[in-house]
Amino acid sequence: MSFFTQVFAVSWLSLRTIPQRLGSSAVAVVGIAGVVIVFVAVLSMAQGFYAAMTAAGSPDRAIVMRSGADDEMTSGIGGPEADIIKQAPGLRHEGALPLAAAELFVLIDLPKLSTGTPANVPMRGVDPASFGVREEAKLVEGRMLRFGTNEVVVGRAAARSYAGLTVGSEIKAGQNSWLVVGMFESRGSVAETEIWCDARFLQGAYRRGNSFQSVRARLESPQTYGQFKDWLTSNPQLNVSVRPELEYYMAQSVTLTRLIRSVGFAIALLMGIGAVFGAILTMYTAVSTRTREIATLRALGFNTASVLVSVLAESFGLAALGGALGGLIAYVGFNGYQTSTMNWQSFSQVAFAFAVTPGLLAQGLGYALVMGLIGGLLPAVRAARLPISSALREL
Amino acid sequence: MKFLPLVWRSLWRRKVRTTFTLLSIFIAFLLFGVLMTIRSTFSMGVDLAGLDRLMVIHKISIIMPLPVSYQAQLRSVPGVETVTHNTWFGGVYQDPTNFFSTIATEPEPYFSMYPEIHIPPEQMKAWAADKQGAVVGVDLAKRFGWKVGDRVPLKGTIYRKKNGSDAWEFNIVGLYDGEPGVDKTGFFFRYDYLDEARGPGTGAGTVGWYVVKIKDASKSKEMASTFDSMFANSSSETNTTTEKGFIDGFAKQVGDIGSIMIAILVAVLFTILLVVGNTMAQAVRERTSELAVLKTLGFSNGLILTLVLAESMFVAVVGGGLGLFVAWAIVSRGDPTGGLLTPFVLPQRDLLVGIGLIAAVGVAAGLMPATGAMRIKITDALRKA
Repeated sequence: MSFFTQVFAVSWLSLRTIPQRLGSSAVAVVGIAGVVIVFVAVLSMAQGFYAAMTAAGSPDRAIVMRSGADDEMTSGIGGPEADIIKQAPGLRHEGALPLAAAELFVLIDLPKLSTGTPANVPMRGVDPASFGVREEAKLVEGRMLRFGTNEVVVGRAAARSYAGLTVGSEIKAGQNSWLVVGMFESRGSVAETEIWCDARFLQGAYRRGNSFQSVRARLESPQTYGQFKDWLTSNPQLNVSVRPELEYYMAQSVTLTRLIRSVGFAIALLMGIGAVFGAILTMYTAVSTRTREIATLRALGFNTASVLVSVLAESFGLAALGGALGGLIAYVGFNGYQTSTMNWQSFSQVAFAFAVTPGLLAQGLGYALVMGLIGGLLPAVRAARLPISSALREL
Repeated sequence: MKFLPLVWRSLWRRKVRTTFTLLSIFIAFLLFGVLMTIRSTFSMGVDLAGLDRLMVIHKISIIMPLPVSYQAQLRSVPGVETVTHNTWFGGVYQDPTNFFSTIATEPEPYFSMYPEIHIPPEQMKAWAADKQGAVVGVDLAKRFGWKVGDRVPLKGTIYRKKNGSDAWEFNIVGLYDGEPGVDKTGFFFRYDYLDEARGPGTGAGTVGWYVVKIKDASKSKEMASTFDSMFANSSSETNTTTEKGFIDGFAKQVGDIGSIMIAILVAVLFTILLVVGNTMAQAVRERTSELAVLKTLGFSNGLILTLVLAESMFVAVVGGGLGLFVAWAIVSRGDPTGGLLTPFVLPQRDLLVGIGLIAAVGVAAGLMPATGAMRIKITDALRKA
């Protein structure tokens, strides 16, 4: 028999006899599956949040804020400045209208449906160009707001998460009230957590005079970004900073994504160590219950390498099973799960869905296999080293 | 006591199994300790929030400023002890991702309203003498290596100075510490510095929100509605909650993230404990015939139960106890992420829960097989071998 046939035969034997050791094998499988569930589920939360943030960005858009401001919340741009920005070169036009929207971004306290406690829901004052700038925003219910009135359209996620945002209802905020006339969707991005109203009307309600917070610009193409930026930053009448929209949203998601990821990795590592102990225990039990069988194989002339590989193969098999099981549970249980949190950069609410991506599942499975490999190593060496004569005598 | 060697021997008859069972339990309880710490982080120190402190914020949203004149009006309400205000500054040190809270306030009475925050009196004195003085939490100081006497520049993301610059300079005059659970990553500076230096159009004469200390905590509801009705129908209506209610609401905004993470982890933790408990039970079941021999020798049922329980309790207490201890040791060394997880403490209540859980694992893992062994007929058990 060739070396590989031997290895294959012995490995197949040990895999086939797993059902005889169900109880102890379950220790390894459950342990590893648990780690993979936690790993995938926690990271899918970070993934979902990141996806919701970056889906709001488009490579052919740029955001203009006051220089020094890191987010829309703290930025401020005067009305005259906004008008200058709209004349910049490199902008796309719709007829004679430049696709650049001067917008306001404020918060409004609304009760969260799941807890009944107030939440900082973002409210965006938009201008007529806003919808041309964001082509992906589509009305799914009701109608568009009329400019110059207190009408608003709400994002789908906002309507789902916060009280009193159904089409036709009225939002009370201090001495102002807003009338919800429509609902829009926007690729599941963070924009869907927002309430959009007329910027001019919002200026009055929030006593902002003739000032805005950002200008959202749609460029002719991603290549005209440089031209657009240079013109703005070299204009002595302006004191603004320009950023590609994608980059802006990525920066906005950094703090929370990093927090979730580091917690997730730390916990998964710790649990992984525990699971490896479980796997080692399982494999030692497997080797000790099969002592006589292994010794017999060796007496028949099977080499030590094939015994070693067979134990590793068993450990690998159990780990793969645990990894697949964990991934499946994480996918079924968490993919698409809707939740919301607060974005630390602007203290505003972001609704998002957990995203269990194929990449995450592969990472989870890979981690499972690593745990299986480490768990199987020591027991495999022990099996290969069993002294034949005394092992045959064992009960 | 004389049976201790027997327990010890049976414990180590399978060295590998016992060792790894111990290690698994160790990891499980280490994890438990860390998890409970993270859970308390997500509740944001709500346990420490005073019921006698009320937060008065703008009704529309906390980002809307309130007139500074409200301070005198609030102070004149009977039952009010002290009133102070905070203004969110949104300062950035070096890099926007270095997040920490920067708040402009009145050193006195703010710090005397928070007895759980500790700061040396001479540093408070130095602060009163230096308008650009700032006091920072010890954890924040450690993170950036700041010492008393350092001059620290922050970029003001919201406020610019009169000359249009967004570079604000502060002198670190003091470091505050506090009871466990206090956020020690805050940066506080004087409101008068902000208000005098900030440029036009950035809300001169306004503050972010008020903190009101009332004399009788049981009257917080009535006081809150008194305040809100005082400012009703004005251009800046207010919404007053207890500090506890406010922090609780804030934590709920961060929302499910924390609770989902904890839920997943707790579920998995229990599965691991179940599996480990099963392994321990298996170890006893394997020895049924041995236990039968002991019974033949005249060991009473109660004694056998005690022996088996002592064995499983030993594993649970040593493994779990060590795990909890190491978790506690790690946590008391402080937040490893440098300020993202704050406050970072393992609450005493959760430590007690952990100890209870250890006992439960020990008993559950030993009890079932032990009672089984107790009830079995000697003859049957011996025949099994």
